[in-house]
Amino acid sequence: MSDAADQPVEDVANKVDEDALGAFASGVDTSVDYPLRVEGLEKSFGGITAVDGATFEVEAGSLTGLIGPNGAGKSTTFNLITGMLKPDAGTVTFNGEDITGEEPHEIANRGMVRTFQIARELSEMTVLENMMLAPKHQRGETLWRSVMPGVRDDVREQEEELLERVWEVLDFFDIAHIAEEYAGNLSGGQRKLLEMARALLTDPDMLLLDEPFAGVNPTLEKKLLEHVHELREQGYTFLLVEHDMDLIMNNCEHVIVLHQGSVLTEGTPDEIRSNEEVIEAYLGGNV
Amino acid sequence: MGIAETYSRGRQLAIERPFALVLAVIVVVLFGDLLRGLATGQTQFADIGTLVWDGLMRGLVIGLAGIGLSMTYSILNFANFSHGDYITAGAFSGWATTYLIAGLGRADIGALLLVGAGGSVYGGTLGIGMLSTPLAVVAGIVVSGGFAIALSLAVDRTIFKPIRNEDGITLLITSIGVAFALRYLMQFVFGSDVRGTTAQPPSVSLYFIDGTVFINAHDITLLVVASALMLGVHVLLQRTKLGKAMRAMADNKDLALITGISTERVVRATWIIGGGLTGVAGYMFILWKGTLGFNDGWLLLLLIFAAVILGGIGSIYGAIAGGLVIGLTASMSVLWIPSAFSRAAAFVVMIVILLVKPSGLFSGRATA
Amino acid sequence: MSVRDDFTARIPGGDAGLIVLVLLGTYLAYVLAGFVLGYTLRGQLNSIATLTFYIGVFAMLSLALNLHWGYTGLFNIGIVGFMAVGVYVTAIVTKPTYVAGGAAQVGGLGLPLWVGILAGMTAAALLGLVVALPALRLRADYLAIVTIAMSEIVRFSFLSGELQQFQLFGNRVGFGGGSGLILDFAPPLEALLRGVGLWNGYLGFVDAFQVLVPRNPKPVVDGLVYGLLLLGFVAGFYWLLKRTGESPFGRVLKAIREDEDVANALGKNTDRFKIKSFMLGCALMGLAGILWLVPQGAVTPNFFRPRVTFFIWIALIIGGAGSNTGSVLGGAVFAAVLYQGPRYFQNLVSAVFPNLDSPSGFGQAISPLISQFDPVPFLLYTVDSIRQLQLVVMGLVLIWLMHNRPEGMLGYRKETASVIPLSRPKSMTADGGSDDSVRTDGGVDAAAQGGETDE
Repeated sequence: MSDAADQPVEDVANKVDEDALGAFASGVDTSVDYPLRVEGLEKSFGGITAVDGATFEVEAGSLTGLIGPNGAGKSTTFNLITGMLKPDAGTVTFNGEDITGEEPHEIANRGMVRTFQIARELSEMTVLENMMLAPKHQRGETLWRSVMPGVRDDVREQEEELLERVWEVLDFFDIAHIAEEYAGNLSGGQRKLLEMARALLTDPDMLLLDEPFAGVNPTLEKKLLEHVHELREQGYTFLLVEHDMDLIMNNCEHVIVLHQGSVLTEGTPDEIRSNEEVIEAYLGGNV
Repeated sequence: MGIAETYSRGRQLAIERPFALVLAVIVVVLFGDLLRGLATGQTQFADIGTLVWDGLMRGLVIGLAGIGLSMTYSILNFANFSHGDYITAGAFSGWATTYLIAGLGRADIGALLLVGAGGSVYGGTLGIGMLSTPLAVVAGIVVSGGFAIALSLAVDRTIFKPIRNEDGITLLITSIGVAFALRYLMQFVFGSDVRGTTAQPPSVSLYFIDGTVFINAHDITLLVVASALMLGVHVLLQRTKLGKAMRAMADNKDLALITGISTERVVRATWIIGGGLTGVAGYMFILWKGTLGFNDGWLLLLLIFAAVILGGIGSIYGAIAGGLVIGLTASMSVLWIPSAFSRAAAFVVMIVILLVKPSGLFSGRATA
Repeated sequence: MSVRDDFTARIPGGDAGLIVLVLLGTYLAYVLAGFVLGYTLRGQLNSIATLTFYIGVFAMLSLALNLHWGYTGLFNIGIVGFMAVGVYVTAIVTKPTYVAGGAAQVGGLGLPLWVGILAGMTAAALLGLVVALPALRLRADYLAIVTIAMSEIVRFSFLSGELQQFQLFGNRVGFGGGSGLILDFAPPLEALLRGVGLWNGYLGFVDAFQVLVPRNPKPVVDGLVYGLLLLGFVAGFYWLLKRTGESPFGRVLKAIREDEDVANALGKNTDRFKIKSFMLGCALMGLAGILWLVPQGAVTPNFFRPRVTFFIWIALIIGGAGSNTGSVLGGAVFAAVLYQGPRYFQNLVSAVFPNLDSPSGFGQAISPLISQFDPVPFLLYTVDSIRQLQLVVMGLVLIWLMHNRPEGMLGYRKETASVIPLSRPKSMTADGGSDDSVRTDGGVDAAAQGGETDE
């Protein structure tokens, strides 16, 4: 990282301390070492069971990897946790509260934000508009406040504050030079950066990244990983779905292996690497 | 796990139940009201029989025209708002033919070709009917189908094909443009008056419990023609390679290529089958109701959409069944509500289906 | 496209300047045509008033539709239903109470017009809510079919004999069935002027106008002033919707249009935003309907046929969905060229050739052309049928636009959804972020530049 980019990182960290992490940290102190708990999650589609009793926990401040052969139910699990799909059975607990079956926006507002496997930028909006969208609780999201003369000055003030943060994050992710570009014109890698930057602007406690490195060139992959590690040091919790075993093994401290919709095993990368069942599951999946 | 499953199922049902419950209550109340009417003699069985027959006829027209709409909706992936005007165009072409054959030598050819625009010649005066002028009617049926095929192919070639790869909304908006152009061009040529097209057809009265239900020759013609065409489409789609390709394409465009039939050929076949049925449906609709105006197809279109959505887009059996349900709803609703709302009742049925089961009653069977 | 952009960039006043320029050009064309035909001043002023009226209503309606379709991606083709509800509710609230033996078959509640207008807008918004609550989760084409079906249900209800008259708060009111309602109360202009105490002054102004228009100048002045009032409403709509669009609220709407799941995953309650946007648009459609029909003095259900909805769609597509400036321009161009133009042309022809006897049907028109190569009857019939043919032309224009300029007259115009310009705040030092990033991703700059050059 260059010196120039280091500066804004601290700003992001400060924001995190001030806003979201304050509440979060107090939670950590009492009992919630595991902000995310998933218990007995089940989901089937027309008779085909995609997730079958998945149970696991994600430790606060960790970078946890979720792996599994094709069709193991990783994406479905993600969708169930973030409210995009409703589970047939089981519970999802976040920061000690049951969030099973809540709407995606409710879950996002609790501080758990996801990115998508195939980057879903808002293509006819500029990078800046994409970023400005993300922060929670914007006063101007209430129609009358945005319209009413006088009150709109409040909104303007908040917009100015947000804009500074947005530019800081843009600098942090080194995408300030494409800020005015329409998101639809970005390269695949840039979209991934934009998505992560956008998710970060919601002030989450926890980020769920769905294959953030798919289709990203090695240089950018390295860059993204650096960002993830830096953010983790600031206190963010990460759950990472990834296809690339090596990547998970080299970066996560805890790995959960899904197989046929339930947790096959979990542990440190070393433990997973030497686990016979995992090797079998992967080989079986491939053959 | 069993308990959890039961619990979640129960919760799911509880969420969905209010709707289903309300629907069930409404159906029970309506049925109860009907029984009360029958018991007190306010409503006669024969009245119901007449309405059912009327609804059946209406439903056959809607279903026949709906097959084409459903096919283009699923295979070309857009809601074709010009479909109603294909119906009208088919009807005008067919009836011009019928007038010409039935009235040749008895009236001015121009007046006959314009289907008696401006009251220049009347279908009743020419004695048009299935039994009185069978040749003219049969020729009209053939021409209406053929003309609608030619029209839909020409419109497709010039208007829809260049934007085939755009999204469904672009095509939908374009089809509204086509509808406008066609409809008012027909008004320009044929005038805006609604003309009577047939002489009173002979009918039989069937004794039905407490009264009579009249069934006329044109009802029978409609029943026979519509049933035969529906059967024909069924055989075509189930038994031929082309039919299989069409069914495949409704599901997945790439899959269709495996059958070795090019997508454009499938598209052409879709317009030919759909257009033909639509044109004939237009002709039969006019034969059955005995009047013709430039707005007829457009007015029918929303009912056809209702039928197609009800049956599930892409399913021809769904379109037929949906047509019958919508036709019966529109006809029988007068038992409970003022006749001004009979079309509204059909729309309400469609909206309810969209809310309760947006994929339609016959979903999951693309064009089959 | 770049030529066009340069052109619009050079107009003083930007978008507002462009709108003014187009309007001036249109009026000039109408006035010139009037001169050629030797219109009196009265005739000229009347045609200007009519033109302004239609520019006003179509601009308002296409602005409202732009909120639905351009901003939020809601495919509403039931516009006319919301207009109808607005007008009918206004009528029922404002009509004087029923008096036996009066001209009107039914009465109203006899409340002031502004109460009626608010009630009408509220009713339109509530109908929007009723449609929106269940239907907003549907695919765009399903929403389209639901909204158009709804607008037909509304029309059938107003047509029905059963609702022709009923009791409301002890008053005999109703929708009047197929023959409609007489709007026997002061039109909006009069109500407004009386409300602000300028009515007598206005009457004095009308009298002074006799210098220009000697006999009975009131209808002329009324038309002109009402046209101005409508343009004022257009400005109000524009202001409101521009602020709505250029705000965090508008940003969420835009995000919903692009990808609802993303907006939802970022913590936005998208259903709520959609409902608000839909209701606001419906209320504005109701208001536009009221301003269109209340001055006409009577209203019938069959005015509210789906074709009016499609007029507004054509206007919006001409201007370009997504842009408020485009919506106003589209409304103006549609009103001047496609809607009023052919009628004006027809008037011109009958003014130039006053005693022409056009054939009554297509048959009489076409047969001389075929038998004697005499095109005159056919041309006459064409001019005589211009109200049908203009709809044919509208259809063809719509097809042409979708083929060649689906993004509308102004091209792709993007209005940034934020209260403030989003450039880097001056307080922040612009650091060398862009230098680094070239290293991070080889594709970065290439793609960004590629995107620029492609445009």
